[in-house]
Amino acid sequence: MAISLDKLMGFTHKAVQVRTERMEVLAGNLANANTPGYKARDINFQDAMRSAQSGRSQNLTRTHENHIKGHMQGSGEMQFRISNQPDTGDGNNVDVQVERNAFLDNGLRYQASVEFLNGKIKGMKKAISGGQS
Amino acid sequence: MSLFNVMDIASTGMSAQSVRLNTTASNVANANSVSSSYDQTYKARHPVFAAELQRASQEQNAGTGVQVLGVVESQAPLQIEYSPGHPMADENGYIYKPNVNIVEEMADMMSASKAYETNVQVADTTKRLFRNVLRLGQGS
Repeated sequence: MAISLDKLMGFTHKAVQVRTERMEVLAGNLANANTPGYKARDINFQDAMRSAQSGRSQNLTRTHENHIKGHMQGSGEMQFRISNQPDTGDGNNVDVQVERNAFLDNGLRYQASVEFLNGKIKGMKKAISGGQS
Repeated sequence: MSLFNVMDIASTGMSAQSVRLNTTASNVANANSVSSSYDQTYKARHPVFAAELQRASQEQNAGTGVQVLGVVESQAPLQIEYSPGHPMADENGYIYKPNVNIVEEMADMMSASKAYETNVQVADTTKRLFRNVLRLGQGS
């Protein structure tokens, strides 16, 4: 029986991946806090996790070589934030407070996932070494 | 899609805000530079920000950094003052003052420094997370 590292990491690894992606989007929101016309975006973690779990990303089949390659990400992950303040006049709806909180929250959860992953690795190490340090 | 991208995005934010701080500093510094002709007078400068649209359309799922498209001069009218005794006055006795609005510039400065700080914090948080990832699997 081979040890499957993929199985060991599996789900947590995907969570880390989605967290990274979300962190990127939130950092983008914060960087564009003063960009006219920019709309805040976010990733729905639940949806993203669900689609990561089922590996839902569709490739369109090409029946002719001249067709354009189609690749569809799992739908409904990336969403625009519904702002709780009216338009500020330049079309930008980034609420820095909200984004900062979201970033912090996401960062802590990222850290939690990494710690969890670390725990799994430690457990595996212990199993391999037969409990001897 | 990695933590490096987050760092990149934060750094674009930082550089954009520092451009903004730069122009604000130059506006405030030149707020009182009087001249004797309309063309020679200093005009307030403001940077134009834009999300990196190209990147946004290429990678649908990634956050985007901010780009400074350029610096534009304010189109607001200059302050023309009748002051025949002024050494810089033109033949009609007028001096031209820049169209810098100090109150606006101060507000801009605070906004820019806060935004810069936010981006620094983003980079700092990312750095700490990175360190954790690098230590993955180490130690007993």
